[in-house]
Amino acid sequence: MACIVQTGKPLTVNPLRVSQPMGAALAFLGIRQCVPLEHGAQGCTAFSKVFFTRHFREPIPLQTTAMDMVSTVMGADERIQEALATVISGHHPEVVGLITTGLAETQGVDIGRALRTFRQGGEHAASVVAVNTPDTLGGLESGFALAVRAIIDALVPPSAVPVARRARQVNVLASPMLTPADIEAIREWIESFGLQALFLPDLGDALDGHLDAQGYTTLSSGGISRAQIASMGASVLTLVIGASLGAAADLLRARTGVPDVRFTGLSCLADCDAFVQALADVSGRPVPARIVRQREQLLDAMVDTYVVFGDARIAIGADADQLIALGQLLDDVGAQLVAAVSPYRTPALEALNTEEVLVGDFEDLEERARAHGAQLLIGNSHALQSAERLGVPLLRAGFPQYDHYGAAARQWVGYRGARQLLFDLANLLSTHRAGIEPYQSPLRQRFACCAAHAGMPAGSIQS
Amino acid sequence: MNQNDIQNLLDEPACAHNDTGRKTGCARPKPGATQGGCAFDGAQIALLPIADAAHIVHGPIGCAGSSWDARGSVSSGPQLHRLGMTTDLSDVDVIMGRGEKKLFHAIRSAVERYRPQAVFVYATCVPALHGDDIEAVARDASQRWGVPVIPVDGAGFYGTKSLGNRIAGETLYRHVIGTREPAPLPAGFAAPGIQVHDVNLIGEYNIAGEFWRVAPLFDELGLRILCTLSGDARFREVQTMHRAEVNMVVCSKAMLNVARRLQQDYGAPYFEGSFYGIHDTSQALRDFASLLGDTSLSVRTELLILREAARARAALEPWRERLSGKRALIFSGGVKSWSVVSALQDLGMEVVATGTEKSTAEDRARIQELMGERTRMIDDNDQSALIATCRDSGADILIAGGRYLYAALKARLAFLDINHERDFGYAGYDGLIELARQLSLAIDSPVWQRARQQPRWLNGVTATAPALEEV
Repeated sequence: MACIVQTGKPLTVNPLRVSQPMGAALAFLGIRQCVPLEHGAQGCTAFSKVFFTRHFREPIPLQTTAMDMVSTVMGADERIQEALATVISGHHPEVVGLITTGLAETQGVDIGRALRTFRQGGEHAASVVAVNTPDTLGGLESGFALAVRAIIDALVPPSAVPVARRARQVNVLASPMLTPADIEAIREWIESFGLQALFLPDLGDALDGHLDAQGYTTLSSGGISRAQIASMGASVLTLVIGASLGAAADLLRARTGVPDVRFTGLSCLADCDAFVQALADVSGRPVPARIVRQREQLLDAMVDTYVVFGDARIAIGADADQLIALGQLLDDVGAQLVAAVSPYRTPALEALNTEEVLVGDFEDLEERARAHGAQLLIGNSHALQSAERLGVPLLRAGFPQYDHYGAAARQWVGYRGARQLLFDLANLLSTHRAGIEPYQSPLRQRFACCAAHAGMPAGSIQS
Repeated sequence: MNQNDIQNLLDEPACAHNDTGRKTGCARPKPGATQGGCAFDGAQIALLPIADAAHIVHGPIGCAGSSWDARGSVSSGPQLHRLGMTTDLSDVDVIMGRGEKKLFHAIRSAVERYRPQAVFVYATCVPALHGDDIEAVARDASQRWGVPVIPVDGAGFYGTKSLGNRIAGETLYRHVIGTREPAPLPAGFAAPGIQVHDVNLIGEYNIAGEFWRVAPLFDELGLRILCTLSGDARFREVQTMHRAEVNMVVCSKAMLNVARRLQQDYGAPYFEGSFYGIHDTSQALRDFASLLGDTSLSVRTELLILREAARARAALEPWRERLSGKRALIFSGGVKSWSVVSALQDLGMEVVATGTEKSTAEDRARIQELMGERTRMIDDNDQSALIATCRDSGADILIAGGRYLYAALKARLAFLDINHERDFGYAGYDGLIELARQLSLAIDSPVWQRARQQPRWLNGVTATAPALEEV
């Protein structure tokens, strides 16, 4: 049971926190034919766009209402109308995500009223989903969760009468800790039980990085469609992955009556086992042999690597969902989480098996990691400089990962993802493990230059 | 090497394996039921840690290709021994009889490119069968290139790894030891009234650098280690071994021949001992003092032992709580079977059984003395039998060489590796603390319990059941 500690310092150094609007934008990128529209100054959007472009190495559709000085002071509702009209007529999206920013929230925008005004102005083919995401609160993960909740609220119709269930359809609410590769893996996992999965959002379909016939598009390049979202009420079960999606899951269940099973992550043995159980129960099918084998492979990896993890001291700076999921895997192998930093406070963090979780930045992580002799850091690319100063390896996780390739293709979940993660961690740890310090005895014989080599340049290979 | 030479090596008078009257020493390998390395392997292991020498394996790639840079022995200086060098004989070399020529040029390349202090040339099965005269090549090459070239005639088919160790010792004795006088003592080292004594360690390999934890104690006592055979050794140190006043044979019967002949020819007494555990480490230091017959040294040694043992016991206290009453099964042949027993007893652990694969009658007697009559001794070199014994005896952990590691892991048993490939050093007082730490970590690791738990859905399901194939 961890104690959550707010550092409360006046100066944040090397921030771990990313803004809520960016999280919301990411969620909308997992919806088909969608464009996120940020209501704020144009810089907010430009930053978000560069951030995700570098991380995914994909074009990122993102628009802005581009609030200027006059509209900031006098009211910017007209800019929302204008922006929506332009985006919809120019790109013909199915869904527009209307995301507020710190500027708009401080100005006091009533985004609901602005949207009603827009709808009164005429019929539009696009659904506009508005979400309040001030960047004075929360972080990427909470902004993402707010957007998911807003999408459910706007696009999943209430089931007033019991609907005909699609016996083989399940919903998955997917936290932003899940990479496109994770989503693909979970999809295959679910399909191996003869079930069909609807992911909200579906980054696996949108940002997995694929060159298709469609080429460049100004809208999201894949994801769950508006019609599929509307059909979520007909599913037999909702699987919720990530504690951050609790409120969104509550709303979906209340609105549709579809039961749900919730997981904090899918990277530890117990969660994977429970996930398989849920699929076996809902499908009524036996567990495929392939999954049994993958579980056995994970167990083998756990016993093979136990020596490395026995006293490994690891520091993680990540959004809460990922921090919790990774912490659980470390528990499986007996590694210690000696420094844990989350960018914002959430009660779910209390479940971590460590003394305290700091709400802070990479400066805090570095300080704590140094104090506890951490041997490895897990964090986004910004953690690299801390790792270098500490002289320990870094495993990149979270957003952004701009300095290496394949962030979207890395699988963290399932028996396989956990196995690969254990191998990678073990390799990083054992390559950097310091052995016993060489001892030079003052009594050791010192020989004069060797006669055998008279005339030859001195020296054999030195360490 | 002919049959008589081999027989003479096997007949090692100082070895307790020789006591059966059959004068065959080491047991013969049994076809179809043999594990462990060959004579080449043994010879190479014994000499490879000599860090400033080039080690050339004369043979096809099977000999060096799979065995180079695989040992845990580490050097504090030159790293030349880590380079894998081989003549990599091809079938054309064999058919055309080019082996010797290739070896000659191989030695030249090694000398010119890497400037070693010496070159060790290892014979292997194919050139031995083929009839390459590596002694002659070594002699010629040495004259031509001006570097000592030492032929090690230990082809694999001569016998076991133990024999290979002995061949290595014999080779050093014939070609290296006694060819140089020790360097003078560094000026101003000794404190007044302290006489510095020269000693050797034979069979100490500095695995994972573990001897570096013990070496400072030798300095403190004024014991100059002329040479460690062969952990972190230098060629020129080996040359001076004949001047030691006392030799300690560490954890190995295999190079007893070196110690015995040093005693015979130079009058230096030797003793067998180990640096595993408080008791054995202290005893080893005491044995040095008593064989050297230096009263001042004896007094200083006792004081050092008091201090170090007390320090180690204090540091072990938290670990003792975790380990006390835990049951261990040790499977490591020879001297280690009793030396580790004493280390574990220092930790308050119970040893339920021990392997005696390579142990002598004397080793067995020591085990009985240490552990009492009810101890189980396992002779069987069979991994399944070993694991079954582990289960039956309710052991919490199996302590054995890396060879058994994965068998133990498959049986979901906690395991600690104590052989040459291991990553951690356990020698000396500080090594025991490391051993305690590693034992605790192994026993307390959550993975064993995780591996034994089964989810509800796994009831009766196996990965290979065809009925459950993809639906």
